[in-house]
Amino acid sequence: MVLLLQYTLIFAAVLLLVALGGCFSEHAGVINIGLEGIMVMGALGGALVMRFLPYDASTATLATRFGMFGLVALASVAVGMIYSLLLAVASINFKADQTIVGTAMNLLGTAAATVIVKSMNTAANPDDHSSEIQYGGPKSAFISKFGTFELNWFVILAAVLLVVSIIVLYKTRFGLRLRACGEHPQAADSVGINVFKMRYAGVLISGFLGGLGGITYITVGVSLWKFENGVAGFGFLALAVMIFGAWDPIKIAGAAILFGLFRALGNVHAGIPFLASMEIPPAVYNMLPYIVSLIVLAFTSKKSRAPKAEGIPYDKGQR
Amino acid sequence: MKQRTPLLRKNGFQTILSSLLCIILGLLVGYLVLLIINAEGAWNAIVDVLKNFMKYPSGAARMKYLGSTLVKTAPLIMCSLSVLFAYKVGLFNIGAAGQYVIGAAAGLYCALMPGLPWYVCLLAAVAAGAISGAICGVLRAYCNVNVVISGIMLNWISLYATNLLLKPGMDPTGKDTFRLVKEHKDSILPTLGLDKLFSNNQYVTIAIPIAIIVAIVIWIILDKTKFGYELKATGNNLNAAKYCGMKENRNIILTMVISGALAGLGAALFYLSDIEQWNVNSSSVPAMGFNGIAAAFLGGLNPIGAIFSSFFIQHITLGGGNVDLSHYCAQIADFISSVIIYLCGFVLFFKSVLNRFLDKRDEKRIQREKAANAEATEKGGNK
Repeated sequence: MVLLLQYTLIFAAVLLLVALGGCFSEHAGVINIGLEGIMVMGALGGALVMRFLPYDASTATLATRFGMFGLVALASVAVGMIYSLLLAVASINFKADQTIVGTAMNLLGTAAATVIVKSMNTAANPDDHSSEIQYGGPKSAFISKFGTFELNWFVILAAVLLVVSIIVLYKTRFGLRLRACGEHPQAADSVGINVFKMRYAGVLISGFLGGLGGITYITVGVSLWKFENGVAGFGFLALAVMIFGAWDPIKIAGAAILFGLFRALGNVHAGIPFLASMEIPPAVYNMLPYIVSLIVLAFTSKKSRAPKAEGIPYDKGQR
Repeated sequence: MKQRTPLLRKNGFQTILSSLLCIILGLLVGYLVLLIINAEGAWNAIVDVLKNFMKYPSGAARMKYLGSTLVKTAPLIMCSLSVLFAYKVGLFNIGAAGQYVIGAAAGLYCALMPGLPWYVCLLAAVAAGAISGAICGVLRAYCNVNVVISGIMLNWISLYATNLLLKPGMDPTGKDTFRLVKEHKDSILPTLGLDKLFSNNQYVTIAIPIAIIVAIVIWIILDKTKFGYELKATGNNLNAAKYCGMKENRNIILTMVISGALAGLGAALFYLSDIEQWNVNSSSVPAMGFNGIAAAFLGGLNPIGAIFSSFFIQHITLGGGNVDLSHYCAQIADFISSVIIYLCGFVLFFKSVLNRFLDKRDEKRIQREKAANAEATEKGGNK
């Protein structure tokens, strides 16, 4: 049961971070299908820091652990934001189709990460053609143990960012302006808000949160990551969480916990006597979060609360 | 007198031009990445990617590997047709990948378990893809679920369902399902002597002509029939179509059924040729469906264009396997094709820039002619 709680929390944190990212981008009026790719690139950034920064788990003090955590998070955020610029430039400046560009970013994220890691591994050792990065030691820097329960610091960070997101979106001038650009950009423009700038801000914030979500995802339970596999559709699951959460951070948090629970069952079902006794094949547990999200969406999508102008490139000449 | 549209103004020509531009830029970016990884062998690597089957010196070997490339092109053509058919009706069928997977499940299941003849397996795959597409269509029409999201969820559901379904057909010596050659020869697509054309490449089957015929049929349906016109009208403006008395929900569902069936057929054309088997421990959705998106857009969303773009994408993907593995990796080809899709997003922008440029040039010419005319009449008046 402790294990179930631990996995639920961490998966919920991943989904929450990424779904909030999607939420900011869509409130600004840009559909971000490319979150999956942003997660992969963010994860790569963080993993590289863990791989190359010297770290010795036995002599680490709280300060060095904190430094490690900060640098890993920073790298993921930076890479995620830079990568999200691909979407921003294409959809805001060039009025490209956001769905095509987002899809391309997903494919590009996995392909680019694989090429980078493989060529790095092969350069270090000509016989090594794997796309893996190992980070067992450094990962322990930001995991606190309470008995058998392991708390990943990224869970706390996600909770903090949830509060920050609520305040930014609903209590600040910036948030109001951002939302205006997703609802009615022409009206926003007419009162002097720079729609382009606001949309850039929305996409960059989604890169920030998506990158963090990516690094959080690859530190769940494992100490190495094979970048060929990408992030197994988590970016899309997060989009489902965002839609189910009706583009509202608090509801998104609830949805993330629900989906996190179903995802966690896939990892720990063998350890729960009641579930283990039913002998359901593991593939069924793997399917579960996706099936649940499909059913939930079928019942909740009728009345869509999506920002009205999302997906439509802003054209000054249009009314 | 009928005015001829200049070549540069023609939409078809502009599409081909922009696709070529995407390819050139994509290759350029790929080359730059290769240069960064290792400057020395970069040129050879990019040449290897582009050569694919042409790297073999003998004509017979070239034909054989051209055959293999074509075998893998056929399913890609189907996937890109699936994507473009739905896209013409305003639906982005990213679920083609999942419909392809579930098509593979149905086709291989029929081939491996009861050992049914190939045409039954083929139909089963088509039906499975169509049903999967129908789920997306019904959810979109009646529950307002975006097809992109439902498609992606179904991709993963289909993947795990397929692993589960095909597990009993696994060859205990490996991770893949049994080879059809060993178990059920009747389930393999007939070759009709096509294999002889490609240096006895046993995998070359009727899949290739089927794919091309289907592409032509889809082109006719979309461009030459009332049904196709109705579907496109629904895609352009749902409410206008409704107002004209078209059944918009029926059209959406029908589109997704056809789109799913195409992807399912693609899977049958691939797996029933026996060139590859299904890995029952797959943890990621096969790239075929996603590459279909690339091929659809690179082909300018035209069914005939899809044939050529599919061949190109498969050509460089297989060529990627030829690069010098001591420095580079085969995924460089995936990288190049994803850059190409990204650039395809800019096609509209490119076309509008080109048209603006042409407009300006024409305007200048007309002004010059007017000025010349005015001058001429002035001179005439003076006489």
